[in-house]
Formats: sequence, C-alpha cells, structure tokens
Amino acid sequence: MSELESFRMEVREFLEANAPRSLRGTSPSGPFDGYWGGKKHPPVDPDVLKWRDVCYERGFTAPTWPKEYGGAGLSRKHAAVLYEEMRALGLPRPVVGFGFAMIGPTLLEFGNEEQKHEHLPKIARGEIRWCQGYSEPNAGSDLANVQMKAERDGDEFIVNGQKTWTSHADKSDWIFCLVRTSQEDRKQRGITFLLVDMESEGVSVRNIDLISGSSPFCETFFENVRVPVRNVVGQIGDGWTVGKALLQHERSNIGSSIGRQPGSGQRELVEKARHHLYWDGKRLEDAVMREKIAALGMEEEAFQLTLDRVAQKAQAGGNPGAESSILKVVATELKQARYELGQEIAGAAGLGWTGPGFSESDLEFTREWLRSRANTIEGGSSEIQRNIIAKRVLGLPDAK
Amino acid sequence: MAERPHLNLIANAEQKMLAETARKLVEEKAPVERLRELRKPEHPKGFSRSLYSEMAELGWTALLIPEAYDGLGLGLFDLVGVLESLGRELAPEPLLTSALLGAYPILEGESEALRQRFLPGIASGDAIVTLAYEEEGLRDYYERPSASITAYNAGYVLNGTKIQVADALVADAFVVTCRSAATDSLAMVLVEANSDGVSIERQYRVDSRVVGIVRFENVDVAEDEVLSLEAVPLFNKTLNRAAVGLSAEMLGAAEKAFEDTIAYLKERVQFDVPIGSFQALQHRAATLYCELELLRSSVYAAAAAADQAEEAFPRLAALAKARANETFLHVAKEAIQMHGGIGMTDECDIGFYLKRAQAAAWSLGNTSYHRRRWAELNGY
Repeated sequence: MSELESFRMEVREFLEANAPRSLRGTSPSGPFDGYWGGKKHPPVDPDVLKWRDVCYERGFTAPTWPKEYGGAGLSRKHAAVLYEEMRALGLPRPVVGFGFAMIGPTLLEFGNEEQKHEHLPKIARGEIRWCQGYSEPNAGSDLANVQMKAERDGDEFIVNGQKTWTSHADKSDWIFCLVRTSQEDRKQRGITFLLVDMESEGVSVRNIDLISGSSPFCETFFENVRVPVRNVVGQIGDGWTVGKALLQHERSNIGSSIGRQPGSGQRELVEKARHHLYWDGKRLEDAVMREKIAALGMEEEAFQLTLDRVAQKAQAGGNPGAESSILKVVATELKQARYELGQEIAGAAGLGWTGPGFSESDLEFTREWLRSRANTIEGGSSEIQRNIIAKRVLGLPDAK
Repeated sequence: MAERPHLNLIANAEQKMLAETARKLVEEKAPVERLRELRKPEHPKGFSRSLYSEMAELGWTALLIPEAYDGLGLGLFDLVGVLESLGRELAPEPLLTSALLGAYPILEGESEALRQRFLPGIASGDAIVTLAYEEEGLRDYYERPSASITAYNAGYVLNGTKIQVADALVADAFVVTCRSAATDSLAMVLVEANSDGVSIERQYRVDSRVVGIVRFENVDVAEDEVLSLEAVPLFNKTLNRAAVGLSAEMLGAAEKAFEDTIAYLKERVQFDVPIGSFQALQHRAATLYCELELLRSSVYAAAAAADQAEEAFPRLAALAKARANETFLHVAKEAIQMHGGIGMTDECDIGFYLKRAQAAAWSLGNTSYHRRRWAELNGY
C-alpha cells in the first residue's frame, strides 16, 4: 500500500471513530458551508463543537498548516485525501471562513513568528472570526486609492476612516485592513496591511441592505482607533504586496466555489421547468425554452471542462496563467445567466418578495437572482478582469 | 443526467509534435491567400493534390484507419491537432472529408468487402471518399432524405439528388444517405463516382470550397455495397465524429482570425495611438478570448471522449459543434469589425474566415440541431 493510501485508511478510521453521527450526510455545498466560529457566534449544536475539537486536536481543521500553528503539516495531496474522505461521509469542514481562505495563508507567507503564533491557532480552533477591510467608498475597482488613515503615535497607529463591503463584519472579531500610512508618488506605495481587533474603542459596524433584501455586507467605521504597530503584516508602506497576494487566494476561491458541482445549474433549471412549464411526456414542450436551457447547460459544461483542463495543465507542471485568468469572469457571468433563465422559466411566479401565493423555493430563487448581480462586481469586477486579460494575456497596449 | 467521465485533455509529446509539424507545413505551403486562386473555375479540384499526397506521406490520412487495413490505428484526439492546424489557414485539402466523412461509415458499416476495397486506398491518400447527405429543402432532418433505394435483382437501385457534397468533383466514391423502401428507414450505401447513372456538377460556395450536386439515376448498388439498412445509429455516429473533426478545424480557424486581429489592433494607429489601447476594443477582445478557451476545452473533451469514453461522446460532440458554430462566427464578425474598412476588402484575408464560419456552421449540424440533441441526451 502506498503511503498516501495508508494515510487514507488512517483518516477513515479516525472519521469512523470521531465524526458525530448527526453531522454525517449533511452534504455541505462548498468550502464556506459549515461552522464559521468566533466569539459572536450564536449557540450551536454541541456536536458541531465536538467535531471541531476532535479535528483541531489532530490539526485537521487547517490540515496544510504547520503543526506549531495548529495545523497538521500535511501536503496538499494528503489534505485532498482528508477532504475526499470527509465528503464521502457527507461531513462539513469542521471550521470554515475567511481565516482559512484569506488571512491564514497570507500570515503564513508574510507574517512574523509572533503573529503566526498569536493568530493562526485561534483561526484553526474557530475561536476568532476574521473579516476583510479592503474596499472603501472611493476605492472599489481602484483599490489602491484607499484613504483610511493610520498615523503613527509611538508604538501605535491612530486609525481614522471607513471600510465598506466588509462581509460579516457584524459577526467578526478581527479585521485585516489596507490603510494609508503615507502619501507617495504612486498610490500603490504608502499602503500598510494592518490587523485590527474589532473590540478596540472607536470601531463601529452598520449592516448594508442589498436589493436582494438582507446581505452579509457591512460598513465598518474607525474613529481614532488605537492599533499597536506590531499588528502590521509585512513592511510599513508595503501593504500592497501583501494585499495583492491575498486577492489571489480570494479569486481562486470564487472560481472553484462556483465550479464545484458539475451540471448542477442545468439540473436546477430543468427541475424548475418541470414545475412551471408544459411537458410532452419526457420532453419540454416549449422548443425555445428547451434550446435556451441547452445553451446554458452547454456553457456550464464547457466551463467545467476548462476548469478540468486548467487543473490538468497545472498538474503536468505547465503554467496555468493564461487560461485561469478567464475563470472569474466566465464563472460569474454564467451564474447570472443561469438565474436570469430561471426567472424566465418561473415567469410571474418568480416575482414574489415574501408572503402568500409564492413557493419557498421560488422566493429564495428570486432573492438569489438579485444577489447574483453582485457577482460580476465583487472580487474584481468583470471590467477589471477584462482589463487584466487584455493587458496581461493579449498584450494590448495601455491607454495614453 | 449522465455522469462526467474523467477525460485527459492535454496532448502528449507525440500529439504535440504531430500538430506542430502540421502547423509548419500548412503555414509554409498552404497560406490562406491561395484560396483566391483555388476558387476560380479553372481549378476543378479546389485544392492541391500534391500537397494532399504530402499529407498522406506524413501519415495523416492513415491516422484513424486500423492497422488491419494499412492504417495507423490511432484516435480522434491525435487527428484533432492536425485538423486544428489545417483550419488555421482554411486549408481545403480533403483530410476531414476522406479520413472521417468517407472512412468512418465504411469502417463501422456492415460490409467487409468495402473495408477491404477502400480503407487501404484512403489510408495511402490515393482514394478519396466523401459523404453525400445534404438535399434541397432537407434542412437538418438528415434521417429523412428523399433519395431512396429499392430492391432490384440481387441488389438495389438508387435514385436521388444530393447537394453541396464536399469534394464531389474529385471523389472516387460517395457514401450516400437514402431511404430504404423495404424497411422505410434511413439507409447508407456506397456508390463509385464512375458508376452508370451518376452525374456531378460543380457548385460555387461562399467559402471557396469545391462542392457539387450529385445526381443518381437508377444507379446499381450491389448487396455488398450496403453499409446499413437501419442506418440511423451509423449516421449519427458518423455525423458526430465528423462534427468534432470540423469543430477542430473551426477552432484553429477562429484562433488564427483572432490572432491576426489582435496583431492588427496593436499596429493600426488612429488618433495617434494604437487602436488596441481603446478599452471598448480591449474588452471585446477579452470576451472573444474567453469564448475561444471554452471552445478549446469542448473540442478536446469531445475528441478525448471518442477515444476514451464512448458513452459520453454524443453529448460532448453536440457541445463541441454547437460552440464551434457560435464562437467561430462571433470571432469572424468581430475580426472584420475591428479591421475596419480594410477588413471588408477582398484583398484582406480576414473575410475568408467569416465566409468559412458561415459555411461550417451550416455543415454537419447547425447550432439548433446540436442543442436539440444535447437536450434529448440530458433528458428534456
């Protein structure tokens, strides 16, 4: 038996002995479906915490992180085996969130020893929940235009300004921010990557309602907030380097989370069509709708095959750069097209906001349709993605 | 809905070398501009026979033919790289015609005599066999042709007229779709071009390809020239294989039209700057790039499935051709728009790509046809 296969056996035994029965077969839908942790988390089923604890003990909440920071020191291949086995039992990841997807990997790359020891184990245990302080009212696509000010005062910075689109800020304990520590000739300079405890005096959070009703988004305000200088990640004034590296993690997560269930969009649309449209035996009667669903299903398959091809190329040691640049823009526009077509299938049944006369699933779908309009704006808008493709892949010249 | 099989989508070293050789040969000896010469009435073949022989010597015509019939016994994935290279310069040499449209139904049909008679010749490049399936007014109901065979003596007699038959003027034989009067089903038979009752007339098509009207008047068909009397499965398999081959050509063509356009955006100066610096054009170029990458994945997956996962093949063939139709046309239209006025002139090569895109989109299944198939195969 190969070493990897014996590891698989070991994992199976561990899961069989330790995974709570109540959590098996819950079939989580992706890397963000599970327990987010943090001090403000509402009470949960004790089995969820038990599951977290047994995994944390083995380093399995953050399997690729080194042991001294609460991980298990596993290779990517071993971690993939662990997740495969969890999926096979329909188990959620024991703890999820931006700590794992964004700030954790960034601290491992750029943090100092003190920061790694201080923050990583707490992320791994789900003790501290993190949120992202990047966008500002005047720094959206032009992210380097951040204006939130951090002025040096001895061993501290005094922070003033506002962050926006801070997902889940109301439920988070710490926030990682891009702040301006100096004005330089280029706006990418003079930015610093700073970790802020949200319990500090002067931090306040307001929820943002989107057109879809509720949302995870918040605005976060900072008024004379004192932050120790030791909370700077990387060098003072060099936060753009750190911040950009983190965005890579964010984009690869968006791409893979949308591409995670092959053919699921088409299945969902056909299901919807079964409720709302006429069928002639096994065949959808409306030929126009049939063709529209087929076109969407085909694009979904072509996208999935592209994800496969990018992955195979990366495995073969090739550079996935050029092809992978298209993933975010294609994935999000495909998702919007899927919701639009779903709404077309539902017709008037898709117009409900709340209350009687509308089905739960249609109501939810309508909210998701509205929410999907944000997909081509957040995480680097489609326009920014196209700029990147035009310049970096196609080599088209800059405007004068 | 069907499970997704694992498909290897990356060419191996030999496949890469094969495609690279093809690309160099085509670039050197078959630049797209030669279509201006080949389209003239005094060129009855519409391609270069000597170049085709050279391709045969390199083994391309033999790739898909089993070793038992003097072929190389390789797969569609091996051929796809070659067809992509031919597509880049819209090379009209009848590789797709003979190696797929002609050879595949003979290989998969019911007549061992025909396999022995034709496959070695197709493999060596000496024989060209084509498929006659289009009829006036047939649209894409390919399984309901008007041409028909009726029993006569020990064999059959064929009557009917086929149009836009690829490489009709040089073909040694035609695989003909027809209705079998006896079974009232689609049938496929083989007829040699020099048989009594066969007449061929050249048609001039928008894409400069030489195609023809082929009339069959009381043509004798021997028992062992019947490929199938219940030919719907054989025809569908043939159409699928050939559609993937054509999609590979279309991918190569779209890719070349796109590259030429990007080069033009960098060199053409207006308002004192290269027009490629304008965001309005950059974003459209980026969109085309995305579509091309999705098409590439679709074509490679279909070809890989032909060799590795027969079960998934019909679905993926429909995907490849539908997307090739859409993407090639979109790229070709944008290519002309971005070239501006010069793109409209016959002197500029880019126009050939639009004409070919339109002709290819209406061959071997248009977009609606393949979407319908996809929907059927996915259970709606």
